[in-house]
Amino acid sequence: MTLPTDGRAPIAVAMSGGVDSSTVAAILCERGESVVGLTMQLWDQRRLPELRPMGAAPQRCCSLDDAYDARRVAQHLGIPHYVLNYEDRFEETVVRPFVESYLAGSTPVPCAQCNTYVKFDPLVATARKIGAERLATGHYARIRFNEASGRYELLRAMDEAKDQSYFLYGLTQEQMSRTIFPLGELDKQSVRELARRAALPVAEKAESQEICFVPSGHYVQFIESYLAERGESVPDEEGEIVTTSGEVLGRHKGLHRFTVGQRKGLGVAVGRPLYVVSLDRGSNRVILGEDQELRSAACDVRDVNWIPFACPEQPLRATVKIRNRHAAANATVQALANGGARVRFDEPQRAVTPGQAAIFYDGDVVLGGGSIV
Amino acid sequence: MRRAYLDYNATTPVDPEVLEAMLPYFSEEYGNASSIHSFGQKCRAAVEEARESVAKLLGARASEIVFTSGGTESNNQAIFGAVGAAFGERKHVVTTTVEHAAVKTPCEELERCGVAVTYVPVNREGGVCPGKIADAIRPETVLISVMLANNELGTLQPVERIAQIAAEKKILLHTDAVQAAGKIQLNVNRLGAQLLSISAHKIYGPKGVGALYVRDGTRLDPLLFGGHAGRDGRPGTENVPGIVGFGKAAEIAGRVLAEEAPRIAALRDRFERGLLAAIPLVRINGCCAPRTPNTSNLLFPHVEAEALVIGLDLKRIACSAGAACSSGRVEPSHVLTAIGLAMPDAHASVRFSLGRYTTDDDIAYALDVIPPVVQRLRSLNPQWRDAVVVR
Repeated sequence: MTLPTDGRAPIAVAMSGGVDSSTVAAILCERGESVVGLTMQLWDQRRLPELRPMGAAPQRCCSLDDAYDARRVAQHLGIPHYVLNYEDRFEETVVRPFVESYLAGSTPVPCAQCNTYVKFDPLVATARKIGAERLATGHYARIRFNEASGRYELLRAMDEAKDQSYFLYGLTQEQMSRTIFPLGELDKQSVRELARRAALPVAEKAESQEICFVPSGHYVQFIESYLAERGESVPDEEGEIVTTSGEVLGRHKGLHRFTVGQRKGLGVAVGRPLYVVSLDRGSNRVILGEDQELRSAACDVRDVNWIPFACPEQPLRATVKIRNRHAAANATVQALANGGARVRFDEPQRAVTPGQAAIFYDGDVVLGGGSIV
Repeated sequence: MRRAYLDYNATTPVDPEVLEAMLPYFSEEYGNASSIHSFGQKCRAAVEEARESVAKLLGARASEIVFTSGGTESNNQAIFGAVGAAFGERKHVVTTTVEHAAVKTPCEELERCGVAVTYVPVNREGGVCPGKIADAIRPETVLISVMLANNELGTLQPVERIAQIAAEKKILLHTDAVQAAGKIQLNVNRLGAQLLSISAHKIYGPKGVGALYVRDGTRLDPLLFGGHAGRDGRPGTENVPGIVGFGKAAEIAGRVLAEEAPRIAALRDRFERGLLAAIPLVRINGCCAPRTPNTSNLLFPHVEAEALVIGLDLKRIACSAGAACSSGRVEPSHVLTAIGLAMPDAHASVRFSLGRYTTDDDIAYALDVIPPVVQRLRSLNPQWRDAVVVR
């Protein structure tokens, strides 16, 4: 087992048990670094048993096969590995806000919350406590230090298809100074190749596409089960489905069942294609409209984190991504006094969705980002 | 790098003498102890000899020893077996708030099956007051289960006095003695329990073997169903090498206890004195109660126990915090909250447990390593920095 030798601080690797973070550990070991693996236990899959896929074992300890996979990789590499329990913090900062956001008619980005409040906060702190000054993760993004400005910068990954900078906009300067992303320069194919070459036991493991605590992808069911477990009910469950002109088309069973831009499963039939254009918490209404009504010329963003510079006074030109799979659009961004910003798109954008993140880029450099109001 | 294993309550290394006793029973004497032929007979003899040794360690008769797969099965067999065999429409069980999960979880399962369970609270040292056990007894009480030694604190429970109370009311008494065996003198007749659980791997035997002492005449429903039930009624092919190892381990434990207990207690006391002197504000959880000689549960205010355990592991000192599950996840200890520790204190407590191979050098190494690690963790904790400023 490679153990931290005196004089050289070990690097902690956040190991999820997946191929990406496992490969990060392998790369650092290869470089001769002293590596300590850390796996976060975030959510007890035994909770909400009705959501368990058929055939899953009911009483498995942490049910985290992924934590076992991480341990197998650590054993294979000969590095120490620890599982840390962040369930309470994860629930408080990610799961509950996720549910509340849906109930309020928004569509949240839980992975960004998790990065900001769990992965790069207590995990970095724990890494320091065990003597590791830096944390490496399997994110596809890049960090570089700008000598001129004295600030750390966040950049898109070289592999645009894998780029995860969208989920990392909340990183502080302090967090970036302690973080490394060894996969930022690599593409997925090379990562698989490295995993195979290192004979990692997870080299052929499939990638997870869903949010980790809703592996089924059924958010509605998750939200309702979560509330039921806590003895709460969906507030104002029933409400009207109306058009932008006020015509009542039917009734819905909760705003959390809808997302801006949604067309299917609306439960109403009219001769023309209609989309959800907004969700009004106040009147508990789902508002439908035609495609062009889904387009917005501007949006406000709150809790903006500026990265390469402090909050700018002048408006700036940027390309803005309003969801992860969005081809960034040209826009002008003006910081607001309340810590937010106003984004004016050159061309109106389709389905600007409250709760999603808006990220401002200058080329590959992330200027900042926040949550769409 | 030097290392020090201070987690003997989690498990112990197999004594070389035990290993040697086991080895022939893998590939040479591999018979099924239930077979008629000579291959089987040799194994039967070895199993029965081991049964004698285990019985002797407990002051019991060989016929009263049931071999199991370990402490967890022993506890499950005792609890479900005794409650299942008891008469009555309504049944009630009395236990404590500091039992091991292998007693606690079966009790919770009983509750789901309609059996009432009273969890009697303990004092700040982790000890239960016999009077409170007496108060919890109801007409329909069929079983009392109180551990002999606590796994986290080492606190010894007044099982003898509880046995007197149970006997007066004609209620069965089970005691989980997994953490007591090999650490204190055990005698089932003096203790007065009808059921007593022990485990081989806590007394320098192999993992995967345990025993339940069942006093002659005690009615138990079976836990497992199957063939090849041996003399003790438990079905399944006997784990011959494991049982042989257990027998040898029990024999050695009985032999060395009188000199080992005071030696280990002296090391433990030196360890505690050293840390109390070197680290401000350290407290010993359960220090004022009678406890096993090897266990030291220490509270380091303003230190996150999980980080301390990891930090020490990286210096090759093994200890533990809370109850670790198989993936390594650490849960807050119900024992520490049961003795009245607030959450932050429960999360700042670490268990060190010494054993047969702990040396003076191990303690010296631990006393060298632990204080600076604690100091580093505290220096990274803003609350500690504030506390220091205030002082």
